[in-house]
Amino acid sequence: MANAGRMHHDMGGRDAGPVDRGGHSHPEWEKRVDALMMLLSNSKRRVIGVDELRRGIEELGAENYSKMTYYERWVSSITHNLLEKGIISSDELGRKMAEVEDTARAAGDRG
Amino acid sequence: MTMRSEDSVLDHYQAMELAVSALLIDKGYFSAADMEAEIDAMAKRTPDIGAAVVAQAWTDSDFKARLLADGTAACESIGLDMGPTRLVVVESTETVHNVIVCTLCSCFPRMLMGIPPDWYKSVNYRSRVVREPRMVLKEFGTEPSADVEVRVHDNTADMRYLVLPKRPASTDGMSREELAKLVTRDSMIGVKIVEAP
Amino acid sequence: MVRFVPGDNVTVRRAFPPGHVRTPYYIRGKSGHIAQVLDSFANPEELAFGRDGLPKRPLYRVRFAQSRVWSDYSGSAGDTIDVELYEHWLESEENT
Repeated sequence: MANAGRMHHDMGGRDAGPVDRGGHSHPEWEKRVDALMMLLSNSKRRVIGVDELRRGIEELGAENYSKMTYYERWVSSITHNLLEKGIISSDELGRKMAEVEDTARAAGDRG
Repeated sequence: MTMRSEDSVLDHYQAMELAVSALLIDKGYFSAADMEAEIDAMAKRTPDIGAAVVAQAWTDSDFKARLLADGTAACESIGLDMGPTRLVVVESTETVHNVIVCTLCSCFPRMLMGIPPDWYKSVNYRSRVVREPRMVLKEFGTEPSADVEVRVHDNTADMRYLVLPKRPASTDGMSREELAKLVTRDSMIGVKIVEAP
Repeated sequence: MVRFVPGDNVTVRRAFPPGHVRTPYYIRGKSGHIAQVLDSFANPEELAFGRDGLPKRPLYRVRFAQSRVWSDYSGSAGDTIDVELYEHWLESEENT
């Protein structure tokens, strides 16, 4: 069977379409994800290694990998790694996510 | 704790990032100021840095030799912060045209070039440039002749790659600063050549 | 101690393990030659699972003729591809 044992991210040589040369300007949250990755993996902190972050992305699976954007994959991997290492818990993450959503909604209503 | 202003409607992943960052700040893994500083540092990393390295290599044969022997050491010797980057500089010549990719993810010499362009990270580029590089180069308007060796570099491990593009003819006498302005990000990835002015 | 020197003919092992592997699928089982001996690095296959990846493994730039990698390669006969590969993925070509 062709491509047995090939993981989705390991895509060199696969058939694909023309290269879309357009770019996009990076919204603030994407810059923050980049910064977060740098801060966690740098030699001063080594909270999560870059190899662990890559593995986290690879483990998202083919369907998620295709559907999610680059930065959505990164933030998912960062989060999963933090959960696995017990640095944050799902409980506190869920509460904090609800809190930031409420804050943003309130700001949106005022603005 | 200050946070930069956000869009008023957050999607799931934006909320996740804000929440994770807030929790990590609360737990003391880094400060809000650290994040601001990192974002500012990233903004300062643009292809202009790489272009200056190329222009210096074109005009200083000793630097060029050192750059090709050990990219990181040569860049550090001219005061550049390379962080943990282990740089390999590959020279495009009359006989070899180099092009860089990371098929497995998006490895890129960020300290010299900033963040990689979207197309470099795309499924289509990562899939096709290793197998049909000349067709991909043609999409970028680059067509090395058949007797030139097209050499693809797949960034699979710890090194980061920068193409030292061929200096165009008719640039004799240009200053280093003028030469640097000709050098584009895409020419240092290898999908474009440097055009004569 | 590194096993290979520039110019040595090597073949990439034909193995397809799950896990975090930095040997691309398309190059497994292919033969080329050592273009450059790089430094030694901790094994990313282990680092990916939070282990220390020691002892460090030698890393090489291995050069392949594109025509030997892709049966349908449509570029020039002289075209090549360089891939960074860890020593434990490489075998001497004579032995394969």
